[in-house]
Amino acid sequence: MQMIENSSILLDKVNYVYSEETAYQIQALKDISLEIRAGQFIGIIGHTGSGKSTLIQHLNGLIRATSGAIYFHGQDIYDDDFDLRELRNRVGLVFQYPEHQLFETTIFDDVCFGPKNQGLTSEEAGLRAFEALRNVGFPEELYYQSPFDLSGGQKRRVAIAGVLAMKPEVLILDEPTAGLDPAGRDEILDLIARMHRERGITVILVSHSMEDVARYVQRIIVMNHGEVMFDDTPRNVFAHYKELEKIGLAAPQVTYLMHELKERGLSVNTEATTVEEARASLVEALTGVGAESRDFYTGE
Amino acid sequence: MIKARKLVHEYIRRDEEGNVESITTALDHIDLDVKPGEFIAILGHNGSGKSTLAKHINALLTASEGSLVVDGKDVSVEENIFPVRQSAGMVFQNPDNQIIASVVEEDVGFGPENIGVPTGEIWQRVEESLRAVGMLKYRSHSPNKLSGGQKQRVAIAGVMAMQPRCIVLDEPTAMLDPDGRKDVIRTAHELNRKAGVTILLITHYMEEVVDADRVFVMDRGKVVMQGTPREIFSQVGKLREYRLDVPQITILADMLRQSGVDVPLGVLRREELVDAILKAAQI
Amino acid sequence: MLRDITLGQYYPADSVIHKLDPRVKLFGTLIYIISLFCFRGIAALLLATAFLVGVIKGSKVPFRFMVKGLKAILILMLITAVFNLFLTPGEPLFSFWVLKVTWEGIKNAALMAIRLTYLILGTSIMTLTTTPNQLTDGLEKSLMPFSRIGVPVHAIAMMMSIALRFIPILIEETDKIMKAQMARGADFESGNLLKKVKSMIPLLVPLFVSAFRRADDLAMAMEARCYNGGQGRTKMKPLRYERRDRLAYVTVLVYLVLILLCRTFLRWPM
Repeated sequence: MQMIENSSILLDKVNYVYSEETAYQIQALKDISLEIRAGQFIGIIGHTGSGKSTLIQHLNGLIRATSGAIYFHGQDIYDDDFDLRELRNRVGLVFQYPEHQLFETTIFDDVCFGPKNQGLTSEEAGLRAFEALRNVGFPEELYYQSPFDLSGGQKRRVAIAGVLAMKPEVLILDEPTAGLDPAGRDEILDLIARMHRERGITVILVSHSMEDVARYVQRIIVMNHGEVMFDDTPRNVFAHYKELEKIGLAAPQVTYLMHELKERGLSVNTEATTVEEARASLVEALTGVGAESRDFYTGE
Repeated sequence: MIKARKLVHEYIRRDEEGNVESITTALDHIDLDVKPGEFIAILGHNGSGKSTLAKHINALLTASEGSLVVDGKDVSVEENIFPVRQSAGMVFQNPDNQIIASVVEEDVGFGPENIGVPTGEIWQRVEESLRAVGMLKYRSHSPNKLSGGQKQRVAIAGVMAMQPRCIVLDEPTAMLDPDGRKDVIRTAHELNRKAGVTILLITHYMEEVVDADRVFVMDRGKVVMQGTPREIFSQVGKLREYRLDVPQITILADMLRQSGVDVPLGVLRREELVDAILKAAQI
Repeated sequence: MLRDITLGQYYPADSVIHKLDPRVKLFGTLIYIISLFCFRGIAALLLATAFLVGVIKGSKVPFRFMVKGLKAILILMLITAVFNLFLTPGEPLFSFWVLKVTWEGIKNAALMAIRLTYLILGTSIMTLTTTPNQLTDGLEKSLMPFSRIGVPVHAIAMMMSIALRFIPILIEETDKIMKAQMARGADFESGNLLKKVKSMIPLLVPLFVSAFRRADDLAMAMEARCYNGGQGRTKMKPLRYERRDRLAYVTVLVYLVLILLCRTFLRWPM
């Protein structure tokens, strides 16, 4: 899939203030300027209250900025003639614990909800639902069961399919792995990565786990107190691991390890962010022979 | 403290006529021995039966077969239910759904009220428990204004106020952010060390069990591994089979071993691996 | 939007009113409501105002905060006022079309507006200065005599206090589900009534499911902490009357007597 280099969402000095003009006034976003390019896989990281959830709700117009402008393909989304529902069709947002929004009697009907709201006929919506459920790898024999009988991980897949069925060009996920066990977490993350790879959709992944994000994304935006603190490739962001630590965010464990080894005199690659990269660099440093980096590790 | 022998729990689903539709064995002949003052971690993915086990220890569920004795009391005896719940307190996963009162201190007082502790002593216990979890300054706050980690610490204080001999924490960190997770785990260790409370920490995060005395791994209703954290962490392949999340450092150490680098088995901490690598590099 | 409702919220402060026994506050509020609906005359109105102002001042709750709660019932007040204005029979002052405005109508509309305002302010001062738990404790204790005739007073009180604890959580949850469905293209605003009712299903079903799940969890958490109904329970904050409570009772009663005296002897101009 060819990367189309155009900006799909542009934020210009966006500010958002909660409970304005009261004693509880909080500035949730401060002068945020960002460019989201089509086809990117972006991670947004920050601890609770850093403004990351508020930020993503601006991207599909659920929250209106107190000041500043947001452009979607060059159009100001706060223009009077701009259709916010159309924006929500094209920028899909999966909330935290999305399974809490399931409501239909069957899984299939629930996934049809979004496409039907887009004005598609029952047949068209049905086709979309089939495709989306197949894409998330959901077993076909369960399509007509009640969503409420599923396990947590399965429910979450259905909820994600519900948004995918709307065929958004940008997919935003707010902590899609919260509360799942490691296996469920890997399944969901792999699914998202596949959507990005195969369908070329822009993905924005909100998380507080650096290790999850480091494995998948091309760009990391670090939020702190409503401001963008870093916006760069994972490698460059993790190089600031000491600053990240100060704001309660840890770089991946291997980053610390490699830096410590380097400080103590072993010449290793401090830019390694994944276990595989670290292994390759360490084996080389210790044996003097370049070990080929294995993509897949089975733990045997 | 806790002694389980061949404990079985079956969830039986019945159709409208009351006929048995399906039987799921959540606990399959569990044997478990926990000594007073131990810090035990129980690992397992969702559906491995670990939460069911927790509810047995608190007498919230009754066994289909086998026996369970908590603090010298047989759980299956009707009169023992309340004494058992008092000696084995329980903290649940969702911080919002276990706080009953609208003020922190009133919530901590809820347990002692239920077991008929005199008023003056309730106040004393509430204060001690809140201090033990580091939440004393929030005593007159509303729980709604607290972070997830703070709410969980209030929940722990609520259990502490009943002066239990053992606390079972059932995935207390699953819904928290990294800061909250660290706070809760640290609090559990402090209570274990300072107050001598036996702790059973149920989790699926392996990095939380590093400092436990013993670790049990559950899968499909059975205890499939048990030992010290080091013994457990040295079997990376097996842990992955049970769908557990092995910490990066442990995986890396294991990989290096396989590539012929001389690092010990079952590395738990970063400092350990740094030292081992430097030793291997003869620096 | 939903967060603006101040009725039922607690405002923490260290004041005499906060410290009063909830039973006194319940009794006082009840008496005050009665007085609002039986007062006659300017003198009584001034007295009711003075009493209210006095209590608000004594509670240390900022007046601005209380007024915010009034906004929520503004519509209700306007409707009542309009009905009173046009539908009170009497000598017409002026009229247009089929509507006629009477002196009595104006008087009634004004009186109704004042009564409603005072009623809301009066009750919210009680909820603002009393934690939900104290309030239910007060209710439980005041209603205890009824438990002898089989009314489950303790259970009702426990239910109330749990409801109060979960209302803010469920309001937040409503907000979240609404946004999540809007992100899936749901439309809660446009369309006729039938369509609007239908559009609530994607909001209400998840909300109920979540409420049941929470109820389930909570029941288990309560059992785990040895909850077994009201029997054999002690209280962390038992209700005991102090000197200030007795004084407050006397004050409230004196106030009621004065209102009743005004009703009999100082009815001007009503």
